[in-house]
Amino acid sequence: MSDALGSDALGPIGRTVTMTGRRIRISARDIDAVITSLLLPLMLMAVFIYLFGGAIDTGTAYVTYVVPGVLVLCAAFGGSTTAIGVTEDMKGGIIDRFRSLGVGGTSILAGHVVASTLRNLLSTALVLGAALLIGFRPDASPAGWLAAAGLLTAFVVTISWLSTAVGLLARTPEAASGFSFFMVFLPYPSSAFVPIDTMPGWLHGFAEHQPVTPMIESLRGLLLAEPVGNEPWVALAWCAGILTVSVAASAALFRVRSR
Amino acid sequence: MHRRRTSHTEPTARTSSRTSRRTPSSPEPHRPDAPAIEAIGLRKSFGPVRVLTGVDLQVERGEVFSLLGPNGAGKTTTVRILATLTAPDGGLARVAGRDVVAERAAVRRVISLTGQFAAVDEKQTAEENLRMMARLSGLSRPAARRRAAELLERFDLTAAARRRAQTYSGGMRRRLDLAAGLVGEPEVIFLDEPTTGLDPRSRAGLWEVVRELSAAGSTVFLTTQYLEEADRLADRIALVDGGRLIAQGSADELKARVSGHRLDLVAAGPEAYLRIVSRVGPEAGRPWRPWRRPEGAAQAGPVPAHEPWQPRQLRHSPDSLTLALPTDGGADEVRALLDRADPERCDVVRFSVERATLDDVFLALTGREAAPHQETAHV
Ligand SMILES: Nc1ncnc2c1ncn2[C@@H]1O[C@H](COP(=O)(O)OP(=O)(O)OP(=O)(O)O)[C@@H](O)[C@H]1O
Ligand SMILES: [Mg+2]
Repeated sequence: MSDALGSDALGPIGRTVTMTGRRIRISARDIDAVITSLLLPLMLMAVFIYLFGGAIDTGTAYVTYVVPGVLVLCAAFGGSTTAIGVTEDMKGGIIDRFRSLGVGGTSILAGHVVASTLRNLLSTALVLGAALLIGFRPDASPAGWLAAAGLLTAFVVTISWLSTAVGLLARTPEAASGFSFFMVFLPYPSSAFVPIDTMPGWLHGFAEHQPVTPMIESLRGLLLAEPVGNEPWVALAWCAGILTVSVAASAALFRVRSR
Repeated sequence: MHRRRTSHTEPTARTSSRTSRRTPSSPEPHRPDAPAIEAIGLRKSFGPVRVLTGVDLQVERGEVFSLLGPNGAGKTTTVRILATLTAPDGGLARVAGRDVVAERAAVRRVISLTGQFAAVDEKQTAEENLRMMARLSGLSRPAARRRAAELLERFDLTAAARRRAQTYSGGMRRRLDLAAGLVGEPEVIFLDEPTTGLDPRSRAGLWEVVRELSAAGSTVFLTTQYLEEADRLADRIALVDGGRLIAQGSADELKARVSGHRLDLVAAGPEAYLRIVSRVGPEAGRPWRPWRRPEGAAQAGPVPAHEPWQPRQLRHSPDSLTLALPTDGGADEVRALLDRADPERCDVVRFSVERATLDDVFLALTGREAAPHQETAHV
């Protein structure tokens, strides 16, 4: 095997790329999960627009109001399913084999996160396409689109790392999928579906300051070309904070779990 | 008995495989003279559970070495330490002359591990699994494709190469798993219970693979719960129980200590039972200790009249009036033992010759039942 290069031929990047390819193949073949991650946001969008939309007064066409929230929900749900894949990996013998080949936790987990990010940007784009079909009319400049895409990417990466940490903590895939539930409900007490001032007073504090709200407000502002104030910075600060904690927790948990 | 020590008799196969082996990229000199594996005083605890309490072993290059022990004995823990996946609490281990803790990366370049639990992706095809592993062990894309095709062919998986592993039978999955461990042409191969759960045919196929690997010069370290498997495959065997090695040696050496078979006798009644016990050995009733025939007594033949060796009982249960004696299972020896136990031919009502089990070995070496039965209940 004369063209076999040394075992260092694949650097950390190459290893992460290989691990990403692996996760993309595996998740693309989990047909149930693929369908759920597209269908759930689409159905929620339809339910809110056609069933509740008429009764909700947001000052604009409801579809215009709700789509940014649906995009965030889609990204949050899709990102959270990363936990299940991580838990499944940790249960089997494959991690030991990867480690015995010199592939460390960083490459393995980064593979999960990168694959999850690509997968969810794609599904978010599909949901956005559907929204355009049913009457969502954004008004963003190219810079606005770029900023929105950047924010959404940061959000997906953050949720994916958080989800990775949860996946390392959970002992069974069933437990890990509980996290998806949590992530699907997190956007409800925010400005995703109804304006916060229509909520009971005791909820205002949480709804205004929870991490999903600045993300939704920024997307809404950027896509509709309205002033966003410092909301994008608040959103990014949340992402940076959660990301730091999640990556550190993932590293520590991986070490403990694969000991 | 069908055993091979091909690794020591087929230098050609060995050389050819050496040349095809990856060169370690580390600048340190290769250490061809060091034993393949050496461990001194390995200790490991998980919380309060002391899993290994001082394991010493040495495996020469090209050898097939088997770690034999019941559930929970510490086999997987030993393998994981040697494969650099977990650090020992104490003691020292080197693989191919490299320390498994300090020179972890160098060790990883020369080993492969096929763990007790399948390490293939169910949702990838065999080909994808193998190509992925080949890439990770440093092959270029075209080389990885070729290596995958080679291994699929060798493990008889070509026809199923494009099917997802989730559609495979247990035997096919195990073959794929083993193939995935061989992509990098490792020098030292760890196999943790490679045949547990396989049918006899798949098991025989796997044994054949292990023999080929050894013939090609690789060192194989395998764990098993089956005495027979160690017997057929291994150049040397270590028995592990309660976190330490209780015996080590070639299959022949161990068999000389525990016998390959046992002769089960059923006494006619309690008095007959006692008479048999008094005849088969002065230490009857005490835990059976290893015994050996003296030099020169090894040839088959009737037991000499004043035999210099005493069989002692392996197991006795007065309640059921049965006792077991170690034997090689040969007709001559069985006859001689029966004559010795029951010269008047009235005390033994029934007998049977059984293959010695792992339990017998453990009973023989530790004086107590092997631990597995309490453990298996909650596995
Ligand atoms: N990560 C761990 N944490 C706690 N206890 C552990 C851990 N790994 C192993 N043990 C304990 O160590 C003991 C030995 O385990 P090990 O897996 O090495 O045994 P084994 O000989 O491989 O058994 P088996 O035949 O069942 O595979 C068992 O009692 C097990 O419960
Ligand atoms: Mg084990």
